[in-house]
Amino acid sequence: MSIITDAFGEGPILIPYITAGDPNEEATIEYVAALVRGGAKIIELGLPFSEPIADGPVIQEAINRSLEAGMTPRKFFGLVSEMDHGVPIVVMTYYNIVYQYGEIPVESFVSESVRCGINGMIIPDLPIEEAEVLLEICKENGIDLIFIIAPTTREQRIEKIMEKVSGFVYVQARLGTTGIHKDVSRTTHESLERLREYDIPKSVGFGVSNSDHAAEIIKSGADGVIAGSVFVDIIDKGREEGIIEQDTVRLLEEKARELVRGIGEGIENNKS
Amino acid sequence: MKSTKFGKYGGQYVPEVLMPAISELASAYESYVRKNQDGFMDDFFARLKKFGGRPTPLYKAERLSEKYGKEIYLKREDLVHGGAHKLNNALGQCLLAKYMGKERVIAETGAGQHGTATAMAASYLGLDCEIYMGKKDINRQRPNVFRMEINGAKVNPVERGSGTLKEAINETLRDWSKSVDTTHYVIGSVVGPHPFPKMVRDFQSIISQEAREQIQEEVGRLPDSVVACVGGGSNAMGAFYNFLQDDQVNLIAVEAGGKGIETKLEGRIAHHSASLTIGREGVLHGARTKILQDEDGQIVESHSVSAGLDYAGVGPELAYLVDEGRVIPRTIGDKEAIEAFFLLSEMEGIIPALETSHAIGYLENHVEGDLGEVVIVNLSGRGDKDVETVMEESHRLGIKNRTTDRVGRGI
Repeated sequence: MSIITDAFGEGPILIPYITAGDPNEEATIEYVAALVRGGAKIIELGLPFSEPIADGPVIQEAINRSLEAGMTPRKFFGLVSEMDHGVPIVVMTYYNIVYQYGEIPVESFVSESVRCGINGMIIPDLPIEEAEVLLEICKENGIDLIFIIAPTTREQRIEKIMEKVSGFVYVQARLGTTGIHKDVSRTTHESLERLREYDIPKSVGFGVSNSDHAAEIIKSGADGVIAGSVFVDIIDKGREEGIIEQDTVRLLEEKARELVRGIGEGIENNKS
Repeated sequence: MKSTKFGKYGGQYVPEVLMPAISELASAYESYVRKNQDGFMDDFFARLKKFGGRPTPLYKAERLSEKYGKEIYLKREDLVHGGAHKLNNALGQCLLAKYMGKERVIAETGAGQHGTATAMAASYLGLDCEIYMGKKDINRQRPNVFRMEINGAKVNPVERGSGTLKEAINETLRDWSKSVDTTHYVIGSVVGPHPFPKMVRDFQSIISQEAREQIQEEVGRLPDSVVACVGGGSNAMGAFYNFLQDDQVNLIAVEAGGKGIETKLEGRIAHHSASLTIGREGVLHGARTKILQDEDGQIVESHSVSAGLDYAGVGPELAYLVDEGRVIPRTIGDKEAIEAFFLLSEMEGIIPALETSHAIGYLENHVEGDLGEVVIVNLSGRGDKDVETVMEESHRLGIKNRTTDRVGRGI
């Protein structure tokens, strides 16, 4: 069983996302450490691509900041190699970045990922139909390729995706792009219901920003809560308002704790 | 399932949330467009005739022919309603949206020609319409923004990045992933995920369907070459498609050479838009194609004096046809295009779009052996929208002629 699936072994978990290199590489290492202290059990790390069509405004801006600060795939791998937080790392990027890296398209990216201790990948512009090459290479290298199930995904596609997905399945809570929303959408419950029969951890993301959301998602039967924009927003505000980095670190840790607490409430509710 | 690819190019590289809509569109394309279900294509052709003003003439440019010692024919897509070939596609897709029961259409636009065509078609068919347009393009194509708004469309400025076509496409895709249940995305060129490249090509292929018959009536044989400008490539695919089987006809795709294709990348900025000529295979906006990108795979900002050609990608079928050797990619720079803009205006009484001026410019600056004796140039659009840009750029580039002289003297 994969190290990523193992991370769900002791019950529902928090999976935060931040963009690597926003606002710089040193900060990313500290931020990841803070999220792990706050209770994160898997870290999703964004490797910037200039055309992030699946991301909303908050993460788009983070990607721009990171690119402007000089982030590249090579630096990204260097950064991940330096991390030693004891939790699995999942890289989130777009297919052109995977395709262009190194000497051999796709293969170079995957083997470099393995070398640096990356355990899984999310490629939001690579639907199952186009994923054959990457799937095979990931399998050979023992890396999980995580697919997204959208509210629009229908039964036949779900079957096809569930045959291939490993690590966990990413349940997109609502239509649209990533971002912060006020409530947990009804589609979350419906999506989880449709996936109930499959024996693989289900993590819900897109729009999660507070402990109530997290509790609600776990009550609906999810095994993981993915939150990105809310953390990226803290990083951005810290930068904008000139709050010293230590404050950002503290706020990230607190937010992670808050979401973990929400997850705990969800678990309690399920028991009773 | 029908193939989604052209050789290794094309495909469907889109977020999962859009896949069901794209599959739905692919089956609508197969039945309505390919198989004329419910008489869709008959309806489309009838509307193109009555609303769009087709067929367009194939016009022999007498003075230009004399100047170059060749028989030069212009396929007058500038005479299509709205002033460009763009309506062929916009009308086709808006009509398809209607047949599919969608209530709203969205579109990206670069030069504003596709946006205006979509706004016209949407108001004609009673569909809600929103257009995404880069901030920089809004500034350089104001008249088209007003035209869209007058036709009842909402124009959303896109501030991010360089504020051109690439960002407008990103933003339209994001809208579509929220609104996919009720909305059709009227993509403006032969780009994007399958079935868009094939569908847009089919709607535009009316250009070469007419031209192939017209040239045989005029000269009794096929042309030696067909010349068209390429940004995304919809007018070129339309002008080439029915000549693909005719091996003796050279198909010349003229890209924007901007300030010169030999210029190196500066950071993530290219000084041209020559993706077919020097782009590298990669994945952008839903398709595998030839792309202007840096070595990491970040997409670069392209450049052209013409907003409609200013794009870092290109249609996947064109990428394929270039690899196969069937389509020859060439480039014409900003300066040569503006000179051609004046040339056609002064010699033939036709003000061409700046995009189209690149194709015209190839007559003056061609590679030996490309053109032959009988040449069709696809006159993809008219240039009213570009007059201001041309005056500014002429001044900047030091282009002298009667018009710029007069304007310079304040007459």
